[in-house]
Amino acid sequence: MSPRAKSATRSRSRQRGAPVLDQREAQPLATTGSAGRDGDRIGVRKTYKLYIGGAFPRTESGRAYEVFGAKGQLLANASRGTRKDIREAVRAARKAQPGWGSKTAYNRSQILYRIAELMEGRREQFVAEVMAAEGVGRPRAARLVDASIDRWVWYAGWADKYTQSIGTVNPVAGPYFNFSIPEPTGVVGMIAPEASSLLGLVSRLAPIVVSGNAAVVISSETRPLPGVTLSEVLATSDVPGGVVNLITGLRRELVGHLAGHMDVNALDAFGADPLERAALEEVAVENVKRFVRPPSSGLEQYDWLAERAQSPYHIGEFVEIKTVWHPIGA
Amino acid sequence: MTLTKKPESRPAAPNSWGLATGENPWEYAPAPEATDHIRIEPEYGLFIGNEFVRSTPRKTFTVINPATEEPLAKVGHASKVDVSRAVGAAHEAHRSVWSKLPGRERAKYLYRIARIMQERSREFAVVESMNSGKPIKESRDVDVPLAAAHFFYYAGWADKLEYAFPNRDPRSLGVAAQVIPWNFPLLMLAWKIAPALAAGNTVVLKPASTTPLTAYLFADVVRQADLPPGVVNIITGPGEIGMELVTHPDVSKVAFTGSTAVGKMIARALAGSDKKLTLELGGKAANIVFDDAPLDQAIEGIVNGIYFNQGEVCCAGSRLFVQESVHEPLIEKLKARLGTLRVGDPLDKNTDVGAINSAAQLAKVQELVESGIAEGAEMFQPDCELPTRGFFFRPTLFTGVSMSHRIAQEEIFGPVLSVLTFRTPDEAIEKANNTPYGLSAGVWTEKGSRIFKMVNAMRAGVVWANTFNRFDPTSPFGGYKESGYGREGGIHGLGAYLDLSANGVSGR
Repeated sequence: MSPRAKSATRSRSRQRGAPVLDQREAQPLATTGSAGRDGDRIGVRKTYKLYIGGAFPRTESGRAYEVFGAKGQLLANASRGTRKDIREAVRAARKAQPGWGSKTAYNRSQILYRIAELMEGRREQFVAEVMAAEGVGRPRAARLVDASIDRWVWYAGWADKYTQSIGTVNPVAGPYFNFSIPEPTGVVGMIAPEASSLLGLVSRLAPIVVSGNAAVVISSETRPLPGVTLSEVLATSDVPGGVVNLITGLRRELVGHLAGHMDVNALDAFGADPLERAALEEVAVENVKRFVRPPSSGLEQYDWLAERAQSPYHIGEFVEIKTVWHPIGA
Repeated sequence: MTLTKKPESRPAAPNSWGLATGENPWEYAPAPEATDHIRIEPEYGLFIGNEFVRSTPRKTFTVINPATEEPLAKVGHASKVDVSRAVGAAHEAHRSVWSKLPGRERAKYLYRIARIMQERSREFAVVESMNSGKPIKESRDVDVPLAAAHFFYYAGWADKLEYAFPNRDPRSLGVAAQVIPWNFPLLMLAWKIAPALAAGNTVVLKPASTTPLTAYLFADVVRQADLPPGVVNIITGPGEIGMELVTHPDVSKVAFTGSTAVGKMIARALAGSDKKLTLELGGKAANIVFDDAPLDQAIEGIVNGIYFNQGEVCCAGSRLFVQESVHEPLIEKLKARLGTLRVGDPLDKNTDVGAINSAAQLAKVQELVESGIAEGAEMFQPDCELPTRGFFFRPTLFTGVSMSHRIAQEEIFGPVLSVLTFRTPDEAIEKANNTPYGLSAGVWTEKGSRIFKMVNAMRAGVVWANTFNRFDPTSPFGGYKESGYGREGGIHGLGAYLDLSANGVSGR
């Protein structure tokens, strides 16, 4: 029996809860809706797909893996992405990056704010998915979702300000006008935090894209669904296709390929397992990738809700400083 | 083929300067810099804990003058044991003295160092030229003053760190292991040691094995400045000793300047460790000349871009992109200008191009130049006498170079310029960025809007517009892509030597 067929059987046996579109009752999408509230309607389930170049393809492998909720219930089949999907995503990111990076900062700011607007509209859906994925209660899930939305707003505000925090005009000892400006590093690979399915993802992703980078994200393996729903928000919030790409799947099959890809300029391994860090860092050396390490204490203690989880210095991790000289004279 | 043979094509006298033909108007009488005030010890031990100590087991190697091939001194050949001693001294100095010293006091030590370097500037310049082969006018006017300026600049940061990085509670890291190349021995030392000490770290520095003498001269400055023992340690030896140093468990910060290949080896060796790393690696800079550029000015910039320091510069403008419409006049002027470059004794104040740093480097330059000829590019060298001894190479220019040639791809690190052409700005951008490196770039045009288009489009850490090869302590320097990461100089260079993670923000 294929994994797909097997999981379909199992998920049917676990049907319960309210229909998808009834936002009063927070239930994960895939476990809801086969039987409607009124008992007379078969719900329409969502297929969770990859997000590459602004489109939602299935993985080229045609394979899926089962995603379970914190309580062990089957939530959905997620796409089991492959090396080839990573390569497609990097290609899409490379293509999209120059356009995104050359938009005005004001424009990028508005687009990030738009992400927050659209997330707000889907707030109940996110709350349901975070509850199911992380096994937290409704109030906690609501806090996490609210913080995720607010984080986009916070970083939206940085789009046209971080340059002034990080850039400098340099008083050189000679008749030259000299300044240093931050520029996006280019294509950034990101290993999403495994446990914090939405807030962790947004907290790392927003500072990468706000400066004009394009991102290829390997989602949480065990909790990928809120991220996939986020990609649906991104697709409809004026973020150009390819600026963010999201690959779900088994991380051990994916992270090495992203870390070693020669057309990826930086790797955000903040969300990586400290145990896999050394191997990732080693393959990342091949093209001298910028590499952001996971906190040495691990992510278990990391408080994504804390004030310190958002910082313009995170934007600084994914920019290059360019220094420009010009003579001053008649 | 022989590269030492006198080339036949010589611009008799550069008519573009409006001078009479016939006698070479560029002959100069020798103007040697005096060396009688220089004292080079016959042997230098390793500098650990403010003492010159013998290596264990006692072992030395000889350092030569590349312009004469004569020995200058013997220096200690550090062993693994010596690495541990040096790191131990630095670690102890950081723990017991340097990290506890208020920033304002650290600052005064750095100011002292800057002042002593200024006082002894000519001594530094002469020794630098004798050991590295660079012309005295460059060591005297560029390397040494800039090195002193770096200490003066970073001295002022030592007690102002919290203003540099608001909300990050900056702290020193501990022991910084620093490995530097032979092209700017003293200047690279200053780029490394000044910000490290200002940030409250102690250092173990390994100069390149061919050029340790100004580092040991600097050790004497450290003693004159009464720095606490162990704050600055200097060890010499081959590359393996550098690897021992950077991987030592008590080292918290590694800074390397050198080739991309070695930089990658170091980064791999440090994978998985908590050491903070910055790399300043190779380059293959594009110097782009548009048809509206002031050509005579551009010629000076091109020459300064590639023949400064014999082209042994990581950010050298080694790929010249010329807009087709001015290719012919520009090449004509450039060839004439090359004919006026004086190649020879680094200690002669009129010398423009000195000695290549080592026989090995000279062989590498020759090998790549031969590949250029073999691959079909057209070589030009001015007809100038080279000294009979020493490692000299004529300023060389290749035309008819294509992007696939090795001389257009690989870092030569010698006085060799590859000339390519382009038609449109977009073509120039495409070609200039088509390299794994991204250290520097140059743009020559009178049109302001075009300058900024090009500046924005260059994937390079330093872009010089209507100038080239300018450096300043306040100005961040470093690469994109495989030219490395991290910056040296300015406020950005300071961050590389601080632990900024206390406030929950990760850092490299």
